[in-house]
Amino acid sequence: MTDLSLHLMDIMQNSLTAGASCVEVGVKAQKSTDLLTLYVRDNGSGMTEETLKRVSDPFYTTRTTRKAGLGIPLFKASAEMAGGDFRIESAPGKGTTVTATYEISNIDRKPLGSVADTVTMCIMGHPGIEFHLILENEESSFVFRTEEVREQIGDVPVNDPVIIGYLKEMIEEQSRILFGGILNEIIS
Amino acid sequence: MKSLAELAALRQKSLDKLNMRNEDSERQRIVVGMATCGIAAGARPVMNTFVEEVNKRNLTDVAVSMTGCMGMCVLEPMVDVYDTKGNKTTYVHMNPEKAKRVIAEHIVNGQPVTEFMITAEEANNA
Ligand SMILES: Nc1ncnc2c1ncn2[C@@H]1O[C@H](COP(=O)(O)OP(=O)(O)OP(=O)(O)O)[C@@H](O)[C@H]1O
Ligand SMILES: [Mg+2]
Repeated sequence: MTDLSLHLMDIMQNSLTAGASCVEVGVKAQKSTDLLTLYVRDNGSGMTEETLKRVSDPFYTTRTTRKAGLGIPLFKASAEMAGGDFRIESAPGKGTTVTATYEISNIDRKPLGSVADTVTMCIMGHPGIEFHLILENEESSFVFRTEEVREQIGDVPVNDPVIIGYLKEMIEEQSRILFGGILNEIIS
Repeated sequence: MKSLAELAALRQKSLDKLNMRNEDSERQRIVVGMATCGIAAGARPVMNTFVEEVNKRNLTDVAVSMTGCMGMCVLEPMVDVYDTKGNKTTYVHMNPEKAKRVIAEHIVNGQPVTEFMITAEEANNA
């Protein structure tokens, strides 16, 4: 994976596979502590203790089409190589939260990439699911919920290409406003 | 600054497009493989390109969606195109430029792009 937004996309796919009806993505950048936090939270099936224990082992997966699950181990590695931490909170029936942190200035931290593309492509592919996005720096934040989009557009589906195009521009703009000058790859 | 309130205005634009749709026409479907192997190989920009092209060309009878693992990691990014009768064409090693050609030649003109299709040899080796 060349950037962190691609890891987010991949971790969101796990949530969708786990039958989530709501998936929340958070990106928080704190300049004063040099800390970038990413998380994906869902209300899907959750993991048993047994799955949870083995899930960061690349040779464990419950999938049948291929043996090794790679998504979580790769996300974990992206954090650990950039001076960060990784954790999963999950329980059957309670859903799952996957969190990765990064030292913003670490030379091995991958660029954030396009969170806008990640979220809008998930909405495109899963119009029946609710997605929430929270972008945050130390001063302010931006919260986006597909429920609110639906209120505005009524009978037009959320995966209408016109709507998707607008949402993408909106999230791109907010990413620049909130992370420009904090994540050095984003120019405000 | 963009805001959700502006969406209400876009709603009419979308509805006008939807109304242009021929009620009887079946939709063509484009399905992009979006598991770890696909994402790592570049599936997201491929899907993005399909969505942008559908928007630009006002293709109201085309649906773009995603699926999990397509089972053949070495051939990712993979894309299935279903015609209006449900017949499937599988494209492999996709990228945004190839996605534009699939839209122009296959989706718009009904001519599958043979050179991007999976070969029997690739299918056997995967
Ligand atoms: N959000 C989630 N809810 C429930 N179970 C999950 C969730 N995320 C991961 N899992 C479990 O952990 C396993 C490992 O996930 P991981 O993403 O590493 O691999 P995978 O999804 O099986 O395969 P790959 O990501 O390589 O396509 C999954 O197969 C699933 O059983
Ligand atoms: Mg996965």
